[in-house]
Amino acid sequence: MSVPGDRRYLKSHEWHKLDGDVVTIGITKFAADELTDITYVSLPPVGKDLSAGKPFGEIESVKATSDLYAGVSGKVVAINDQLANHPELVNNDPFNTGWMIKIKPSDAGQINALLDAAKYDATTGQH
Amino acid sequence: MKRTAIYENHAALGAKLVDFAGWEMPLLYRGIVEEHVYTRTVASVFDVSHMGRLYLRGADALTLLDRVCTRNCAKLAVGRCGYAHVCNEQGGILDDVIVSRGENHWIVVCNASNRDKVIRQLRDNMSGKKVELDDRTEQTIMLAIQGPATMALFREHIPIKFGDIKRYGFVTGSYMGMEYTLFRTGYTGEDGLELVLPAAAGPLVWDYLTQDGGGDRPTVKPAGLGARDTLRLEAGMPLYGHELGEHIDPISSSCGWAVDLMKDFIGAAAVRKIAADGPKRKLVGLTLEGRRIARQGAAVLDSAGKPIGEVTSGTFGPTVQKSIAMAYVDTPLATNGTPLKVDLRGEHAPAVVSPLQFYKRID
Repeated sequence: MSVPGDRRYLKSHEWHKLDGDVVTIGITKFAADELTDITYVSLPPVGKDLSAGKPFGEIESVKATSDLYAGVSGKVVAINDQLANHPELVNNDPFNTGWMIKIKPSDAGQINALLDAAKYDATTGQH
Repeated sequence: MKRTAIYENHAALGAKLVDFAGWEMPLLYRGIVEEHVYTRTVASVFDVSHMGRLYLRGADALTLLDRVCTRNCAKLAVGRCGYAHVCNEQGGILDDVIVSRGENHWIVVCNASNRDKVIRQLRDNMSGKKVELDDRTEQTIMLAIQGPATMALFREHIPIKFGDIKRYGFVTGSYMGMEYTLFRTGYTGEDGLELVLPAAAGPLVWDYLTQDGGGDRPTVKPAGLGARDTLRLEAGMPLYGHELGEHIDPISSSCGWAVDLMKDFIGAAAVRKIAADGPKRKLVGLTLEGRRIARQGAAVLDSAGKPIGEVTSGTFGPTVQKSIAMAYVDTPLATNGTPLKVDLRGEHAPAVVSPLQFYKRID
């Protein structure tokens, strides 16, 4: 099963979707399935400056705790408030309603340096 | 990797398979939380064939078991099962096992990861004794059927007849030439059964048990080792490699009830000394505020921030709807209600010492 072609990816399984000048970030279905049932998502406050390659939050499941990474630097302009009470959205709909944060990147061109769908699929062995 | 006789059934169901102690085992089929909740509300079947099944026969089997196990096996009546530890000379736990006494044989069910150690410990103490050890792990399968609907299902809809089995009792029998052993035991905090059968019967019996109930027959669904772990954690049951290990003794692990200090088992002198002096740390339950989970290895701190213990297991309990953990903490702080903190990757989360049973079923 391939990931959507309209976004870019990190090897650590975060997707990045550019709409206008805002990048939305979430994790892939592959990552959500690997984590199993997600119980908690820790997100940064709106207004925080994030650096590409640095953790911006944490995700916990009954199985494990993992850091969440942003592939672009910029300011957080929105977070998905739904996840505080409904972390299972990440399992059920990781590419849409399970999104995590929106960033206004310092340079929108950064996103082009990330993996495209085919390259990401190759890292997870999915086709 | 080893596979159980029911491997093909798991694969056909689309189970997510993982390496567990050298066995390729189902972690989950539909989802850990869903399987957990279904076990608490109806019933699930778990393939636990990876666990060791050791049969002992002979005039000196009891003597051998009383030397190797912490529990007083002589006090077990025929048809009864008992939880015990197997220790080394230092009182460290080599494994935790269930010993069952039949008319002419004994069964020791041990952890998959410790099967070789337990066999070695038995063999090393067999010389001069009239006893035969038969490791039947790979010729048999073991299924755990757990949940409130289990007993009614077996009494009313399963053709093997077994009369009355009380908790921690077992029966053996034969159905159409198939020898079975049925224990009323489990590792979920629910009422339930554990069934040992010849390996060849495994795939058919698995399909028979998991077929849609229809009518008044409850539907048993498969559950994996993920749910088994969250279920046992809510029930406050220890897991080898987490709460138990060779550097831990039965007293510190709050399993003193499974030890007869009056008898001469391997490690008895060391365990007696720990019991007399009092353990430095004790296993306790912890309840955390919020949804964050304390993982194995996380430091437990006192209210001043000083490290006084370590988490051994933790999860967000799907039934109790709380972040729960088990931890070793310094004995003076191991009292229910003591406020502590857990270091969750740098954040000091408030936690309270709780009884080592987060979930108790209502019979």
